[in-house]
Amino acid sequence: MDKEGVKLMDPVLVAKKLSKKYGKVVALDNADLELYPGEVLGVIGDNGAGKSTLIKALCGAVIPDSGEIQLDGNKVSFTSPIEARKLGIETVYQNLALSPALSITDNMFLGREIRQKGFMGKFFKFLDQKAMAEEARKRLSDLGLLTIQNINQLVETLSGGQRQGVAVARATSFGTKVVIMDEPTAALGVKESRRVLELIGEVRARGIPIILISHNMPHVFEVADRIHVHRLGTRLCVIDPKKYEMSDAVAFMTGAKEPPLN
Amino acid sequence: MNKISDDISKDLKDQPKFTTDIGEKDQDHHSFDLGEQTTLKKIQHFLHGNPTIVPVIILILSVIAFGFIAGGKFFSAFNLSLIVQQVTIVGILAAAQTLIILTAGIDLSVAAMMVLASVFMGKLSVEMGIPTLPAILVGMISGVATGAFNGLLVTRLRLPPFIVTLGTWNIFFALVIFFTGSQSIRSSDIEVNAPLLHFWGERINLGGFVFTYGAFLMIGIFIFLWFLLNRTAWGRHVYAIGDDKEAAELSGIRTDRMLVSIYAVAGFVVAIGAWVSIGRVGSVSPTSFYEGNLDSITAVVIGGTSLFGGRGTIIGSLFGALIVGVFSSGLSIAGLDVLWQRFALGCLIIVAVGIDQWIRKVSN
Repeated sequence: MDKEGVKLMDPVLVAKKLSKKYGKVVALDNADLELYPGEVLGVIGDNGAGKSTLIKALCGAVIPDSGEIQLDGNKVSFTSPIEARKLGIETVYQNLALSPALSITDNMFLGREIRQKGFMGKFFKFLDQKAMAEEARKRLSDLGLLTIQNINQLVETLSGGQRQGVAVARATSFGTKVVIMDEPTAALGVKESRRVLELIGEVRARGIPIILISHNMPHVFEVADRIHVHRLGTRLCVIDPKKYEMSDAVAFMTGAKEPPLN
Repeated sequence: MNKISDDISKDLKDQPKFTTDIGEKDQDHHSFDLGEQTTLKKIQHFLHGNPTIVPVIILILSVIAFGFIAGGKFFSAFNLSLIVQQVTIVGILAAAQTLIILTAGIDLSVAAMMVLASVFMGKLSVEMGIPTLPAILVGMISGVATGAFNGLLVTRLRLPPFIVTLGTWNIFFALVIFFTGSQSIRSSDIEVNAPLLHFWGERINLGGFVFTYGAFLMIGIFIFLWFLLNRTAWGRHVYAIGDDKEAAELSGIRTDRMLVSIYAVAGFVVAIGAWVSIGRVGSVSPTSFYEGNLDSITAVVIGGTSLFGGRGTIIGSLFGALIVGVFSSGLSIAGLDVLWQRFALGCLIIVAVGIDQWIRKVSN
């Protein structure tokens, strides 16, 4: 599906005129954003452009002063990432928010554990470790991460890319409508970055739209269907990565070049 | 499918597979270790995955060593079971302390909490004529309440647990003096008015081994907490909070609520310890167990639980308590002065934390 095809559908997630001030600093100034079904939306912007505030507003970590957020056409508001997550907006944080000393299974179900059926589960709240391990293995293999051999391996024994894989598998496992990925390749080497980009492709192939925030221009241009350029607290333009060069994007970002009219 | 993603997957087909190629090959690239270092690394990794092994080895070695030093007297059934009796109270306190330390906290007030709970049990049943079971219940409530109070101060005021419990240690101790007027409740009075308070001090002889009921209860508490920590969501959240509180929060765990519940559960365990302590000591003394706070921390640390949270096992603390008991018993049977028991214990603490630090380097 190309850009026009995408736009025929209703957007999954819409942000309208979001504003946020920190004292006298305007972090968001009537910022808009639309995310369409099945697409990867790259979000780029210079440091201090307000893109991380925008993302935090979308994932519940920051409450905007004004403006509204719509999910599947319904107005939503949340006061914490947990509430956003309950509505289906999952975030893969830059630090991944994993517990290194716990196993892969424990991490994938942290805060959403499966209890045993019957008496032991109901009264003693015993965990159904077998069901959780099976489910975790299934999720990982769905994303092509079968090579993680032992599902009860501690997360700290995994490589950076594998940890990213576990975080992504967790984010796409629970009735997710939107996945927000914050700088997923920032801490990774070349090969592992490749694997994560492939992972983004896998998630998109399963029909889950992704907002990808990254400083890495080649990565954004490689996987994004559309690129949202953020500047001075608001959306400057949305560009098609097939029609523009990376140097154009950088020029728009920094104000060296006038943006195209949408 | 999208054209771009087709291109990507074409690109990616040439890339090496995830674990098989990247993981292992790259690790090989980066390891410059010599053969002998690799063996050390292997040991380090093994200990990292099995943190209870260290205290078990220390326990076995110290039992053997004291067997040689102190001779047959140390190895007698009576002495070995006496060690278990002697560590009962510190063991129960250490069980509670483990919960707190796993969250990267520390509780300096456990022993004061315990004495306060035992004062309620003793005062109400012996001096105020209230039936023993309700009096014990009040003591239990006192334990849970004082624990939850610590937890609330830690979470609401965002104060470090060290400072909170340093404060409440003194507060609880002052309350103990206030309620008792510095007077002990005598063992004979308890025996007459509330014999149930002595229940856990009853002894049972198993072929020369003499155990109190309290010793069995201590083991029971450890097994119960093991299940709680390893088989329930609550237990996994204890570890998650100690490991990385922010990550736990982002994973949807209500960390503040969890922390209060952890301190409250620790308080409940401490209150059980209060009842057992009356059986063990006989009387209720406001000044008893003054060193119980630090002794419990010692047992937990020697048991391999990291003071930085998230790492360690509850059973390790049982071994930690036993190691302390073996050292005290062995050194006193060998005829060494109490000062050398302290000296040896001090060395043990430093060695235990040193080993922990070394093992933790694996994860970096």
